[in-house]
Amino acid sequence: MYDVQKIRADFPMLKNHTMQGHPLVYLDNAATTFKPKAVIDAMVEYYSEYCANAHRGDYDLTHIVDTKFDEARETVARFINAERREVVFTSGTSMSLNMVAYGYGAKYIKKGDEILLTQAEHASNVLPWFKVAEMTGATIGYVPLDHEGRLTPESLEKVITNKTKVVSVAHVTNVLGFTVDVKALAKIAHAHGAIIVVDGAQSVPHIKTDVKDLDCDFLAFSGHKMCGPTGIGVLYGKYDLLVKTDPFMTGGGMNARFDMCGEVAYMQPPIKFEAGTQNIDGVLGLAAAIKYLEGIGMENIVAHEHELRRYAIERLKKLDNIIIYNENAEAGIITFNIKGVFGQDAATFLNSKGIAVRSGNHCAKILLTFLKTSNTLRASFYLYNTKEEVDAFVEACKKGGDFLDAYFA
Amino acid sequence: MPISLNPQMMRQIIMDHYEHPRNKRDPKDERYRKIRMDSVSCIDDIFVFMLYENGKVKDCCFDGVACTISTASTSIMTELVIGKTIEEAQFIIDQYLHMIHEEPYDASVLDEAIVFMNTAKQAARIKCATIGWNGLESLLEEEKEHHHDHK
Repeated sequence: MYDVQKIRADFPMLKNHTMQGHPLVYLDNAATTFKPKAVIDAMVEYYSEYCANAHRGDYDLTHIVDTKFDEARETVARFINAERREVVFTSGTSMSLNMVAYGYGAKYIKKGDEILLTQAEHASNVLPWFKVAEMTGATIGYVPLDHEGRLTPESLEKVITNKTKVVSVAHVTNVLGFTVDVKALAKIAHAHGAIIVVDGAQSVPHIKTDVKDLDCDFLAFSGHKMCGPTGIGVLYGKYDLLVKTDPFMTGGGMNARFDMCGEVAYMQPPIKFEAGTQNIDGVLGLAAAIKYLEGIGMENIVAHEHELRRYAIERLKKLDNIIIYNENAEAGIITFNIKGVFGQDAATFLNSKGIAVRSGNHCAKILLTFLKTSNTLRASFYLYNTKEEVDAFVEACKKGGDFLDAYFA
Repeated sequence: MPISLNPQMMRQIIMDHYEHPRNKRDPKDERYRKIRMDSVSCIDDIFVFMLYENGKVKDCCFDGVACTISTASTSIMTELVIGKTIEEAQFIIDQYLHMIHEEPYDASVLDEAIVFMNTAKQAARIKCATIGWNGLESLLEEEKEHHHDHK
């Protein structure tokens, strides 16, 4: 039995917080998520109980840190069904994707090659590839989306060629919340000699991810969107590809030896990519977040989100002032507008009712040409949201036309 | 602007300037100074244009995509500064920014712009209420430097 009140009790941010005099209704989970006490405690524990650097020193404290750090990597590996040596700690999805683009893309992509993206990608999965195209002379192509905004294997099949070297797409798109069939896309990419890079920022926090089953070559995700701390994320890569990938940063901890003549030997992956002192509290916090989510069960979380979304869509559809752009999406993301109200004005109005949603283009600037609107609102759910919160949200949307109340009421 | 201005009238003024913005056009004239004001944190993306001639702001206009608050506040601003000297225009901008940031201000020069007196209630929107004004301030600064260089 999924006990949402019991889950809420684990989150300090969900205890009696108000916004503009109303109980806080946080529906911006696609941007970041709240942290359970277990995560906060894990980080505080590191600083209060065994604060030392990892991978160096010969004393007990540092040994404790090393052990915990390695356990954390093991936890991440188990969570996505990878091997431990395939898990690289980064600062987040953006850094992970940049590492692939510069360390692998820029090294192996040649003039005349093609990088395939979609119009629905987040800036982090577009701009690094623009840079790689500029550096190598490769071209950027976009796999067409269907009428709803979905990426289908059929449309990839139509545009992929033997010049395609990289297909880089989000597993769940951050604006429309559609889940793509990564497994089918990977098969097509591999058949054409391309690698597939997956932006998992919106998928890994919500759906059980198995990199072996998906057969993706790289997978990037962030800790803070899955109850973990900010500033920590992961790059998964198939080990042989990580071996071929250049480190994005060089420095302490990632080299085996170097001499005055410039002869350098790097450590093996994943250490090769982790120059400098790592974000140790972040790593430990991320591991605590994963254990927390596993304790609740990813399948239970996704079922809860589906139910909230189904309920919210059903209620929103009864209002005649709401335009929904992704009625059939799988993820807990609702993209919508209040008729006749500019997105940001509507978001401010919802703020005045204590409701946190995101307005704008959600870092997917090229998608808006597809949606034919300059901006949208996005409500996104997570494991701790409730039907009562959906009710408050829908009631507020009803009155959205009076958006200037935010300033005068 | 009468002291008795009530919230209902203030809303009407904002909506009027949003639905029928004044001076919202691209002059497509090289004599105008122009600045692009796009925000990293929201969708607002406007150009502010100013033509300065014979010691006065001869024309001021704007164009682009923006929310109600930025459209209406910029529209009202253009009407307030046309015909003013650099110093007069700067004084109006200063009073407006003081009001937005809840500091003491001289309301007598703000006319309809006082409808934004409650912006701080929605602190996340201060940047919307000031985007056009900050743009114009930069243009005035450029104009001043230009005159300074040519003295």
